[in-house]
Amino acid sequence: MTVALDHRPGSELADRIISVAALAVGGQGGGVLTNWIVDVAERNGYRAQSTSVAGVAQRTGATIYYVEMCPDRGRQPVFSLSPSKGDVDVLIAAELMEAGRAILRGFVTPNRTTLIASAHRIAAVSEKIVPGDGRASSAEVLEAAQKAAKDVVIFDMEKMAVESGSVISSSLFGALAGSGVLPFSRESFEATITASGRGVAASLKAFGAAYDEAARGRGGDIVAPPSPPAAEPGRTVEAPLPLGGTPKSEDARSNGAKADLTQEPRGDERLLTRWRALESRIATLPEPVREMARLGLRKVVDYQDLAYGEDYLDRLDQAVAKDDGASDFAFSQTAAKYLANALCYDDVIRVADLKTRSARSARVRREIGVDDAAVLKVTEYFHPRIEEVCGSLPAGLGRWIEARPRLVEWLDKRISKGRHIRTDSIPGFGLLWMLGGMRRWRRSLLRHQVEMNHVDDWYRLALDTAPKDRALATEILACRRLIKGYSDTHVRGLSKFDRVLSALPMLAGRADAADWLRRLREAALKDEKGTMLDGALKTIASFTGETDTTAAPR
Amino acid sequence: MAERSFAKEVEKLRLGDGAEFSGEGILAITKALLQCGVGYVGGYQGAPISHLMDVLADAQDILGELGVHFEASASEATATAMLAASVHYPIRGACTYKSTVGTNVASDALANLASGGVTGGALIIVGEDYGEGSSIMQERSHAFAMKSQVWLLDPRPNLPSIVKTVEDGFELSEISNTPVMLQVRIKSCHVHGKFVAKDNKRPAMTVADALDSPRRDLGRIVLPPASFNHEKEKIEKRWPAAVGFIRERKINEIFGSSTGKIGLVLQGGMYNGVIRALQRLGLADIYGDTEVPLYVLNAVYPLIDVEFLEFCEGKDSVLLIEEGQPNYIEQAFGALLYKNGGTTRLLGKGYLPVAGEYTGDVMLAGIGDFLRDHAPSMLPDPVRAPNRPSEETDIGPELAKVVPGRPPGFCTGCPERPIFAATKLVEEELGSHHIASDIGCHLFSIMPPFELGATTMGYGLGPASASAFNSPDAKRRSISFVGDGGFWHNGLTSSIGNAVFNQNDGVIVIVDNYYSAATGGQDILSSRATNKSKSTKHPITEAVKGMGVKWVRHLDRTYDVTKMQATLKEALTTEESGPKVIVASSECMLNRQRREKPIAAKAIKGGERVVTPRFGVDEDICTGDHACMRLSGCPSLSVKTLDDPLRDDPVAAIDHTCVGCGNCGEVADAAVLCPSFYRADRVHNPSGAEKFSARTSKRLIAWLQRRRESRQLVFSEAAA
Repeated sequence: MTVALDHRPGSELADRIISVAALAVGGQGGGVLTNWIVDVAERNGYRAQSTSVAGVAQRTGATIYYVEMCPDRGRQPVFSLSPSKGDVDVLIAAELMEAGRAILRGFVTPNRTTLIASAHRIAAVSEKIVPGDGRASSAEVLEAAQKAAKDVVIFDMEKMAVESGSVISSSLFGALAGSGVLPFSRESFEATITASGRGVAASLKAFGAAYDEAARGRGGDIVAPPSPPAAEPGRTVEAPLPLGGTPKSEDARSNGAKADLTQEPRGDERLLTRWRALESRIATLPEPVREMARLGLRKVVDYQDLAYGEDYLDRLDQAVAKDDGASDFAFSQTAAKYLANALCYDDVIRVADLKTRSARSARVRREIGVDDAAVLKVTEYFHPRIEEVCGSLPAGLGRWIEARPRLVEWLDKRISKGRHIRTDSIPGFGLLWMLGGMRRWRRSLLRHQVEMNHVDDWYRLALDTAPKDRALATEILACRRLIKGYSDTHVRGLSKFDRVLSALPMLAGRADAADWLRRLREAALKDEKGTMLDGALKTIASFTGETDTTAAPR
Repeated sequence: MAERSFAKEVEKLRLGDGAEFSGEGILAITKALLQCGVGYVGGYQGAPISHLMDVLADAQDILGELGVHFEASASEATATAMLAASVHYPIRGACTYKSTVGTNVASDALANLASGGVTGGALIIVGEDYGEGSSIMQERSHAFAMKSQVWLLDPRPNLPSIVKTVEDGFELSEISNTPVMLQVRIKSCHVHGKFVAKDNKRPAMTVADALDSPRRDLGRIVLPPASFNHEKEKIEKRWPAAVGFIRERKINEIFGSSTGKIGLVLQGGMYNGVIRALQRLGLADIYGDTEVPLYVLNAVYPLIDVEFLEFCEGKDSVLLIEEGQPNYIEQAFGALLYKNGGTTRLLGKGYLPVAGEYTGDVMLAGIGDFLRDHAPSMLPDPVRAPNRPSEETDIGPELAKVVPGRPPGFCTGCPERPIFAATKLVEEELGSHHIASDIGCHLFSIMPPFELGATTMGYGLGPASASAFNSPDAKRRSISFVGDGGFWHNGLTSSIGNAVFNQNDGVIVIVDNYYSAATGGQDILSSRATNKSKSTKHPITEAVKGMGVKWVRHLDRTYDVTKMQATLKEALTTEESGPKVIVASSECMLNRQRREKPIAAKAIKGGERVVTPRFGVDEDICTGDHACMRLSGCPSLSVKTLDDPLRDDPVAAIDHTCVGCGNCGEVADAAVLCPSFYRADRVHNPSGAEKFSARTSKRLIAWLQRRRESRQLVFSEAAA
């Protein structure tokens, strides 16, 4: 707070300048918020000044808006044009990492700053392009916020705004009002919104929701961590989202509901009887393994059929048999997870099957934000290559073609191109529906054989390693995470998987072998080409004294 | 059509005597120009003065009523050359551009203008793009004022001061026959404030009057021997006239106590920051009243020797607060004190950093240290010897590792994104190339995820900056980029003409988004929109061919990544010699949305058939590899966590801000990514036949779905 100190005769101690800084991501409407803050100040007999650094304001970079205000005594105060360290009363962050940035810049100080931040995340480009999970840790920012600020008001204001059919500036304004940090009445804030004249009803709704949430946490209480904002009564997870779709937040859940494992699948009674028999086998597994096994079983049966589920459980039993129960049956749990993922490899049949399900049609409508009556044209983007075609042929025929490079090249020229398929039309849907129906022959197709050979080798390696080093065996299982994607991406994933496991001979027998394998896997997920992985492999080669024979095929 | 419409604000320009004007700093300057009876205005857009150009463009009616000529100049050189209208005629003229990039471009014209001098007041408003938020290299405009000997005003950053400086500036220019530069910093351009308006004035002589009775004076033309006389005249006549006016008009201000052992000397633009520091040190109240003597230089060139020496009288030490480097003012005052046998110590850089913006923290620390050393008795006890440890928390280093950088990037739906996606794909195939970039939105290509581009040398100079990379021994060609804005600003001659003349073999991509987009979406020669006061729709391809380029390809939809990729590959491998020019055209999505959204909304309301596209991702098909994002970086394409313990990595997700540009689908095609993307076109107000056909398809599809689902187990949550 900037106090006119008492050594200056004639200055009124009650008068002080209140400073409000807002950090936003370009395009979040920081300008609107700034104008509102100036308006509400002037409405209450204050003088206010706002500044901003525009230029990149629309273009997704971090931007700062700044307002200073004080009671109007008929004379113009000298306001600062930008926030400075230790001189900010209210810091509004329109996104969680922007709150972190504000703290880093010293705009949030324990003696004076009220930090108002939306808990949602907008991932920066650097977070999105990582092949694994490159997202920054929200927990650390939340923790720093508690330490750095005088008061903290944090909840998901983006979600609140979208659910009211408005934009985040409304809920930020509501949180500012509700925090009570500005000496203005709720009515005057609302009058400001009303006077702005655009989307008033929705803005007021978002404002109100945020006001209440912020006010709830007043009096020293901390509002964070956030509780989910009250959903509208009667709004089911299947209803279209307002504003036409998904809120701008990377943590938006698919439908707000966790998979209900107790719910029985729908289907023919005969199939259900077999399902129940299969599911009852899960009870024979050690308790810690059951949840993952139940999820895995549902996944593989959904992917193929009940027999596939049986195969899954048989294989899982092998892992359990080698598990001594250490670390909460970590080995078996990991097997349950990655075995299911490995068995459910992504092939053309899988994609076609998923794209033609009734649940999928409903989900598209929900995400786009339209009801069942709306006319919606849905275009799918496929780019099949000869590899996919061969994989979908009977194994013998597929291999025969693959053995003839010139034929492969000739065919690929005719096959490999982008194909746009309309799944709202009968020809397009019909084609994918038939492809999806090929799953009954899947076991005889080339791709299945290739995948099963790979699964067998990998699983055998883990089972054989288990008696010697169970932790290492668990990590071997977890390396399955590296195999994902389609076409080139899939090939790259396989290559990373091979490169990581190529370190096993160097690591075998070491006490920290499991730890190193985990580090290798994490390195492999850091960048696209596997540069970090190569570095990590070199490190291992250097301390094990072996020459680096793991140079990667690129 | 510019990014922001000022149709509403423009009405403020009509305010008359005594009315209160409330708005942005840059608008206040515009109003001040009209109050001063300006006869013509020009300039080139660019932050932070783009809005001044946009306001004037939207204010054509008012300007017409007053007989004021307005031009959107082709470049800053053009804008400055335009001030030639004030050389022989008593017409007030003004031009504006961002500094120092604009000043660089303008300096040829500026030197000539300054040499001959002016009769009518000539004001150059430079938007100083220095410090946080700046998008350019950091230099000072001060040097340009010194080398051309034009006067530089740097007013205190509040609206009344800025408006008064415009008025003073014209008078100063006329009295001293010298162009005057008015420097406004980024934040004061965008500061919102108030001032009391005056009536607008018609120019005493309009440009029409001048055209009807032409004048010339050989003595004002820059050619020997007149030019040698100009050099003397600058020192013998113009300088003393300027110094006299600045003193008499009290352009520079003195605040605080008239006695005291110390004082602060500062650029006008630093005033609010200095006062804030004094407020925080307990030495000023909220109105800026202070005991500390302040000498505020609203005119930073020329400096008024007598004023400074008077200020220093009886003082032991003064601190000079001068932002940026080199410290021209400090050097000048230091020499002045020495020559005059002054005993006052002049301090400046040292207490304050040599380089970089003088932020609140810097001022507080610098001024605080100076006062602690030289006038500790002035400081209140808690400031001089604080009992409490400072409020520093230990959060910094740990948190710094967590918070990701967030540089600006391409907007949602930007048509330039697919150009660089295609370039990245071509490089994956043919290997990496030397890529020269240019000024403009397309420069965001240097950032992740594209990371393309090695240099940027100036507006329109992308291809010119690759001109050395032209060798018969090389196996690869250089690629250079230039935007349509840069192309018309300077690129046509300096880059394209140069490449033709020197038989450069490189590939030149001209990114045409229909506007000068990075500066706020102003129209340029090749814009497709009809502009009632400007001539548009001049194709870039014609201009390029006219320059003599033989190999020209035009893509009128940049979103076609496959075609873009093929064209680039052809340009890089063709046997043809000479520059290979690809013009990649698609409208800036910001402008397009602003234009089309209201029209579409109205049409939907009016019952017309409208199709709105959007993209989505099938989360159960996406494997969470994020290969798509490494070719996009679109703000609406992000990652989300699934509530599925079987999944490790977040999957791709598209939010409601998607504008359905098509890049996701095209990239998935061109790069052979995954099939998880879909486009959903919503048909508003479909025709009866369309509804019937959709219904029929839906029924059939539902039947097929039921048929399949009845033969197997359905786990709804697994599919949902």
